[in-house]
Amino acid sequence: MARYIGKRIIYMVITLALIATFTFFLMKILPGSPIASADKLSPEQRAVVEARYGLDDPLPVQYFNYMFGLVQGDLGISINQFKGADVTDVILSRMGPSAQIGFQGMLLGTVLGILLGMIAALRQNTWVDYSSTIVAIIGISIPSFVFASMLQYFLGLKLGWFPVALWKDGFMSSVLPSIALAMFPLATAARFIRTEMIEVLSSDYITLAKAKGASGSEIAFKHAFRNALIPLITVLGPMAVGILTGSLVVEQIFAIPGIGEQFVKSIMVSDFSIIMGTTIFFSVFLILVILIVDIMYGIIDPRIRLSGGKS
Amino acid sequence: MTQNYDKLPQGSFDRIPRDTQQAERISKPSVSFWQDAWRRLRKNKGAIFSLILFGLIVLMALLGPIISPYSPNAQTITHANLPPKIPVIENLGIFDGVGTLGGKEVDLYEMKNVDQNYWFGTDGLGRDMFSRVWKGTQVSLFIAFAAAAIDMLIGVIYGGISGYFGGRVDDIMQRIVEILTGIPNLVVVILFIMIMDPGILAIIIALTITGWTGMSRVVRGQVLKYKTQEFVLAARTLGASDGRIIRKHLMPNVLAVIIINTMFTIPSAIFFEAFLSFIGLGLQAPDASLGTLINDGYKLIQYQPHILAIPAFVLSLIMIAFNLIGDGLRDALDPKMKD
Repeated sequence: MARYIGKRIIYMVITLALIATFTFFLMKILPGSPIASADKLSPEQRAVVEARYGLDDPLPVQYFNYMFGLVQGDLGISINQFKGADVTDVILSRMGPSAQIGFQGMLLGTVLGILLGMIAALRQNTWVDYSSTIVAIIGISIPSFVFASMLQYFLGLKLGWFPVALWKDGFMSSVLPSIALAMFPLATAARFIRTEMIEVLSSDYITLAKAKGASGSEIAFKHAFRNALIPLITVLGPMAVGILTGSLVVEQIFAIPGIGEQFVKSIMVSDFSIIMGTTIFFSVFLILVILIVDIMYGIIDPRIRLSGGKS
Repeated sequence: MTQNYDKLPQGSFDRIPRDTQQAERISKPSVSFWQDAWRRLRKNKGAIFSLILFGLIVLMALLGPIISPYSPNAQTITHANLPPKIPVIENLGIFDGVGTLGGKEVDLYEMKNVDQNYWFGTDGLGRDMFSRVWKGTQVSLFIAFAAAAIDMLIGVIYGGISGYFGGRVDDIMQRIVEILTGIPNLVVVILFIMIMDPGILAIIIALTITGWTGMSRVVRGQVLKYKTQEFVLAARTLGASDGRIIRKHLMPNVLAVIIINTMFTIPSAIFFEAFLSFIGLGLQAPDASLGTLINDGYKLIQYQPHILAIPAFVLSLIMIAFNLIGDGLRDALDPKMKD
């Protein structure tokens, strides 16, 4: 196990270094200048501005400075969007709302999804099962931004139950974006739990439990559910990716001051250091999630450990 | 009951001698893998319904811009922001051209003196939404199919080589894939789209740049599984070349997995295209895809919800249809691999 984790961490570092390098050079060949109204500046003024952000150093020097800073958690300085603020500070200050809606969405989605999938499996081939399958298909198919705008239009604008947008009313503001983000994990969990439960329910130890005379609910919860739940860990990674992708548009739609919204804006104004910083932040987040998920899976399910771990 | 065999006509009950030559004869027509799969797929109502639905959408995407009397890009500014109006159905109280103006419900067609019917209404520049939506569907589907085809091509070749030759080749190729899959798709797509000139080609390249890794992994796994089996060994013993073994013996077995995988790549490509367009990295005007239409419509959600609703509905239909077809095909082609 230790060897496996070590190997995975080495891969993670290589991948991150590659992403950072790749992002850095992409930003350098990108058309457009990050300096606001660069064309209007005289060459002297331009040189002063470039010197301030270290843009006049030779490329290798810039690269090593950047990578060196990166190791220390320094993502550079925002060029035009936040006028000289530390990128790390900008990202950290915007993490709150993103983390809140992301976490709420994930929690709501997985809990409801597990319930839905369980009920569907226990009432297999009844209308309950079919409607839960339909919900799952719709949840996977409808893009989060379509769903988010529907929520905003009907629940926000027409019925006025929740704030239409902005991050002003505390928890109430986070309800609609969380629901919008919850759809994907909900659908994924429901589908996954349903198939797992059906498989587990037909296994020998369930037959044994029935033979022992265990009651229906005892079998469902104590035996079947617990074993069906373990593999759900494997889809946590894709779910996290889904939530993050969703957050870019959902934050945009509901005007939430989170990382996703700021990332999209920084692309519009080509603030290279913010784009680079956020890209690396996203990558670290996703790679860490997937690493943790894989390790957790190996620890929780001994069968995986015995067969030598996933390669 | 008397058993009077003599009364039976002669020759009715001939003894059938055991014929060793006929013992191996197959009496029923043999069912090929694909016929069998088609039988299973036909039983799946959702998948068949989705196939028909998808066929209709493709048909409309091709015919829609042609049968509409208006060009998708022609601006008739006096006809701007008209709600949908369809003859016959308008009598039911929907699609009747009634919209809100200053808080009151009025027939905007009467007010603006418009004699024509715009089935899906018009947008803020007076462009016909009907032809725009179907033109956009055309573009979205084209991007998705092109991206899926390229993914498939690269993935199959890469995975095939890696799995078939094995050893050090496989080792190196797999390390590369491992690192590539480590990079979040979203990040790669956004970065690539930024350095290229926005357009259909840029989106296709961005989607395929790491998209093929999933396919290559699946193909590699299958090739690894089949290449050690006896029929391949037999073919090799009989002197078949590598190319022949790959084409004639491995490909037909891997094909099912390739098809299943492609069926799930297409909706994800459609989603990413729409997603990119929605955050402003997609096609540039006057080109339109479903994603850009949704993005345009979203800006007017409060006053002209139909501009958002119709492309969003078509997009959702395509996604649902594809997911159902994909599920159905997976169950039909590979009964062992359910989820």
